[in-house]
Amino acid sequence: MMFQKKTNVLALTMLVIIVLATITAQWWLPVSPSEIDPEQRLSAPSVDHWFGTDDFGRDVFARTVVAAQVSLAVGVLVAVFATLIGTVLGLVSGYFRKVDFVLMRIIDGFLAFPALLLALALVAALGGSLVNIIIALTLAFFPVMARVVRSAVLQVKNESYVEAARTTGAGHGVVIGRYVLPNVLSPIIVQTTFIFAKAILAEAALSFLGVGVDPSTPTWGSMLQEAQIYLTLAPWYSIFPGLAIVITVLALNLLGDGLRDAFDPHNIKRKRKVKTKAA
Amino acid sequence: MLQVNNLHVHLDTPDGTVKAVDGVTFSIEAGETVGIVGESGSGKSVLAHSLMKLNPEPPAAYPEGDVYFNDRSVLKMNKKELRKLRGSDIAMIFQDPMSSLNPVFKIGKQLIEAIQAHRKRPKKEAREKAIELLRDVGIPDPEARIESYPHQFSGGMRQRVLIAMALASEPKLLIADEPTTALDVTIQAQVLELLKGIQKRYGAAIMIITHDLGVVAHLADRILVMYAGRLVESGSAEDIFYRTAMPYTWSLLRSIPSVGGGERLVPIDGQPPSLIDPPAGCSFEPRCPFATEACRHVDPDLKERGSGHEAACLLSFSEFESLKEGVVSS
Amino acid sequence: MLTYIIRRLLSVIPVMFVVSIIVFMIVHLTPGNPAFLILGEDSSPEAIADLEEQLGLNEPLYVQFFTWLSQVVTGDLGTSVYSEQAVTDLIFANFGPTFSLMALSMILLLSIAIPTAIAIVALRKTVLDPIFTSVSLFGVSIPDFWLAILLVLGFGVALPVFPVAGYIPLAEGFGGWLYHLLLPSFVLAIVEVGIIARMLRDSMLESVNQDYTKTARAKGIRERDVLVGHVFPNALIPTTTVLGATVAGLLGGTVIIETLFTIPGIGQLLIDSIHRRDYPVVQGVVLFIAAIYVLVNLLVDLLYTFLDPRIRYD
Repeated sequence: MMFQKKTNVLALTMLVIIVLATITAQWWLPVSPSEIDPEQRLSAPSVDHWFGTDDFGRDVFARTVVAAQVSLAVGVLVAVFATLIGTVLGLVSGYFRKVDFVLMRIIDGFLAFPALLLALALVAALGGSLVNIIIALTLAFFPVMARVVRSAVLQVKNESYVEAARTTGAGHGVVIGRYVLPNVLSPIIVQTTFIFAKAILAEAALSFLGVGVDPSTPTWGSMLQEAQIYLTLAPWYSIFPGLAIVITVLALNLLGDGLRDAFDPHNIKRKRKVKTKAA
Repeated sequence: MLQVNNLHVHLDTPDGTVKAVDGVTFSIEAGETVGIVGESGSGKSVLAHSLMKLNPEPPAAYPEGDVYFNDRSVLKMNKKELRKLRGSDIAMIFQDPMSSLNPVFKIGKQLIEAIQAHRKRPKKEAREKAIELLRDVGIPDPEARIESYPHQFSGGMRQRVLIAMALASEPKLLIADEPTTALDVTIQAQVLELLKGIQKRYGAAIMIITHDLGVVAHLADRILVMYAGRLVESGSAEDIFYRTAMPYTWSLLRSIPSVGGGERLVPIDGQPPSLIDPPAGCSFEPRCPFATEACRHVDPDLKERGSGHEAACLLSFSEFESLKEGVVSS
Repeated sequence: MLTYIIRRLLSVIPVMFVVSIIVFMIVHLTPGNPAFLILGEDSSPEAIADLEEQLGLNEPLYVQFFTWLSQVVTGDLGTSVYSEQAVTDLIFANFGPTFSLMALSMILLLSIAIPTAIAIVALRKTVLDPIFTSVSLFGVSIPDFWLAILLVLGFGVALPVFPVAGYIPLAEGFGGWLYHLLLPSFVLAIVEVGIIARMLRDSMLESVNQDYTKTARAKGIRERDVLVGHVFPNALIPTTTVLGATVAGLLGGTVIIETLFTIPGIGQLLIDSIHRRDYPVVQGVVLFIAAIYVLVNLLVDLLYTFLDPRIRYD
């Protein structure tokens, strides 16, 4: 279903290339990302250093590739945790009217903070480590997921197949797990993709502000923070890590948009046309 | 005044090209009332929209034929000419009065917009004209109601407002696309009565599009029956009701209450044919109780059955009469 | 309508209560002793005990919370441990630049997004529409601080037209104020332009084939008047609902943009206070921004009911 649109295929291909490139980096990178070369400080892009070098003479290309490991790991973990927490709370809130009011007021409270600000305050309090960044971003992004899941559950709950399951005496767990959850999966998947993208942007912003991960761990954000001092001397140092963020986040947003279109029942007819034309 | 000449309208859809209007020819004279009758999906709404070139393009396209208003081709008009035609020469009332008025503007503003569209006049004059139009279509207390929003009106009242809007520039032809379908039965009669009154006062020609023969029975000078994008019978109300010459019209009559005269209601079997791949022969053949082998291969043209009465059927008038007798008596 | 407004106003109370709990907890969930964190690793135990006493840290948590909350309600957000000024004073001293920045970006945002959406809908049958959709997606994928860096490179370094740092209060002249804020507010706005323009376009495309649009076309008015006079006002109503989220994006963005362009607003105050471990200020600023955001959402909801006559006259 989702492979019919060229942009979906493009987005997935981009993501697979980025992930594979960064995981296998140590085997194929010609220069080590941590190799210091004082002679080559802040040199412009060249054949030896495609993206130039940083203030220690380290290769910016190698560092950008390796930084993807941390940036992507933060994005994936935040997306997974926010999805898990948000889905459970959304299901409970949408399904059980009694806890709905209280749970939703709490969610509203969390949603009253701009996500980046909440994450910033949490990291400031917890201290800047990789684990704390993941905790902070999860807390910043789960409320949106909870809202999305809750409204989907409210729609599905009154469908006749759910009512039918309930009248046959199935327990709440069974009804939620077997009838409700499978029918709210598509908005969850779409939202997970968007949270993945937003988490990468937010981690970069936090690291850029200097409250993120330890600067010795290269992430795209921490590279940009270091680069800022040398903006006029070595603009390439600021440009390439940023481009890496744009490409990754764009691929995720494309995928999220494509998935949303693919899941949208209004579009199913159009999809069929594409298929017959291709055949 | 209005002439439609072998008009074809195609709609490009995901499943293929729909031949919504497939070679239709007719004309409307000044001051005349013409009814176009057909099931939903017969192409009658697309036909009506074509007369003002209002179908969104794409998906709509006009591969063949033309529409002439006072001998000028409507389909070849540029944007400016079309704008002059719309509203001032031909006006239209749409099917669903609930959604045909812009929900965020007051009735008065929308009426004044129609009044100012073709002849600019001072604000106060336009406002007075708007009140006068509302009074003409039977809106009580128009001075106050002009300040109301659409959602504050009932369906019947909204249809009256839409009629007032259509009359704003005193058009020569008023197209009413299913004007009563969305309304309660009692309100339907009032709106039809209103249309009749307007005809007298404004002298405009009216074209009513409906799936309900009952609606046009008393109103129309001429009735055109449409099926699968084509005209299958045309004639005066008497021709259509009492000298029916086409099995489809006959089935249609038998499927509506009261007009057929005390008989049991008989629904039409089957579905209208696909307009993407229409059958080779007569398009009504698959559903026709009197179809013969020949009907599968020959697609009949409209043929004269009497003065001003035409039908598209291989059966002659007398053959059809005796077949009808057989069904009714059995 | 009136009952709705009252209900909506009352709904602010539980939200703000939860917000205050979250803000309170943020600081008190800190692993380790806050007094220790504030004073640093090599502080004497006496100094820590003094500060604990001063901040009321030896009371039970819920007592601390209600003491703090009762002060907050009267407008007392505590005192900065760094400058010893009242937090409320600090916030008000720094709010002017932030407000200027937000207001200017909102104006820029709407004056770019609205004409873009209308133009795209007018040209919806051309290739411009799919191009726009891709570009708007590109827009939400760019980190705002990186875009700011690029613009600083372009307009501050390569082609020095705009100042890349500093702020001049409006009271000292409109020209200087605008000149210094133009680049930062453009960065803030452009990231959100894609979202708003896309939302407007989607709503307008939904409205463009509605029955009332057909009625308007049948009147014989110009297509431009149909789009601007009928389609756009209807599309505006659903679009206002995302304005709240836009303000959240702007509020989050100001923190970074103020730091980057050294604008002395509450965003910079927040970041500085975080680096100084000045927790009362961090707490106060976060609470203040959340309150602003809740207020904006309230206004957006009320605006929504005002724009839609179907709700206004109910």
